[in-house]
Amino acid sequence: MFPVLQIGSIALPAAPLALLLGVWTGVWLAEREAVQLGLNGDAVASLVLIGLVAGLIGARVGYVAQHLGSYLTDPLGVLSLNPATLALLPGLLLGGSAMQIAGQRKLLPLWRTLDALAPGLAMLGVAVGVAHLASGDAFGAPAQLPWSIMLWEEACHPSQIYEIVGALLVLMIWRWSPSRQQLDGVSFLLVVALSAAARVFLEAFRGDSWIIAGGLRGAQLVGLAVLALCLAALPRLTQRTLPPPSVAGAAEPTCVARQETAP
Amino acid sequence: MVRLLNDTRRWRLLSLAVLLLGTGWVWASRVPPSVADAGQFPNTHVGFPAPDFALETLDGATTSLAGQRGNVLIVNLWASWCGPCRAEMPTIQRLYDARREEGLTVLAVHGTFQDSEAGARAFAEELGLTFPIVLDRDGAVSRRYQLHALPSTFIVDRKGIIREVILGGPLSEATLQSKVDPLLEEAP
Repeated sequence: MFPVLQIGSIALPAAPLALLLGVWTGVWLAEREAVQLGLNGDAVASLVLIGLVAGLIGARVGYVAQHLGSYLTDPLGVLSLNPATLALLPGLLLGGSAMQIAGQRKLLPLWRTLDALAPGLAMLGVAVGVAHLASGDAFGAPAQLPWSIMLWEEACHPSQIYEIVGALLVLMIWRWSPSRQQLDGVSFLLVVALSAAARVFLEAFRGDSWIIAGGLRGAQLVGLAVLALCLAALPRLTQRTLPPPSVAGAAEPTCVARQETAP
Repeated sequence: MVRLLNDTRRWRLLSLAVLLLGTGWVWASRVPPSVADAGQFPNTHVGFPAPDFALETLDGATTSLAGQRGNVLIVNLWASWCGPCRAEMPTIQRLYDARREEGLTVLAVHGTFQDSEAGARAFAEELGLTFPIVLDRDGAVSRRYQLHALPSTFIVDRKGIIREVILGGPLSEATLQSKVDPLLEEAP
């Protein structure tokens, strides 16, 4: 764990720094991928910025709304920003909505834009793993293994390193996936499905899991549900791009390549 | 992959196999109750019992964290030369005055090993602090609480479990109140 990076007399909090670097690298990757997909790279990058700002506002407003009584007695407290005073769900909702509206206004096609964002998402997964490693969060379950790390005087799974390796694998599979530029939406769903599968697998080695009834781990169930949704949605992408069934006795349906469907 | 997506039957079979495998793994890796209980060793992360300590106060008495069990506790690590600590102490004092009757306690752990006892005393008198200020003379508590930033605030519930860790400051009254009030409402 290295929660603070001491550079001379400057102490930098390592986890937020890792997340910041992850977002920056993710935006850079998304911008590059956008150009590859024939989109405006700057438009996609600004979309991320809009999402981040709106997400931050949503998370803050959501938290204040949840604790309105406290903030009515200390209104200036609204301006006192701390990561502990952000609400995740409102942030995701407002950030996502703002990105969708901005995307429509910029005439960015939804699935292709999501494809452009896919590598950024995978890179963010790597950054989250590094941030966990820095802060000591998402720590591993006790285990006596040659590669165990000592945590609070006990040998544990290096769960944060597993997380980083898992996210890097997702990034690599995305990079070398032959179908990544063939069909709109495949890249995005592939990254989400692989990330969900990684969560299902790696959560088993965590020592701080959210446990629900029967000792089941909540994050694994959420991951499994997301994986199922992605697996169900992927074949629909091909149906979405099928040619109209006007030709009698048409052969087996086949998907239409991205280059052919692009306007 | 696109070819696979076009073959509905093969895709469905593959999806089913993946989901069955995932479900099996989720079931196999569930946490047995004995392991879940054994995992509750004290450490400074949210959801774990706060590490206990007993330190001398500015008045010469000894106060322990375990002795506060049953109350909601704010453990604040500070030093007199730390600007944000100085800025947030009056806020903590106000909240302590307002919520003391409801079961709020504060343990202000002074980093005496990197400050001076006289500095702590002058600080407490200047700001009119009435909650216990304990002196971490050898830095053992600061090390146990993995102190990396001043101030550091740990909010502990009535059962002694850490419910919030806030590194840095100064904390606003609303922030502290929003973290403490829900815990005060929980049954002792």
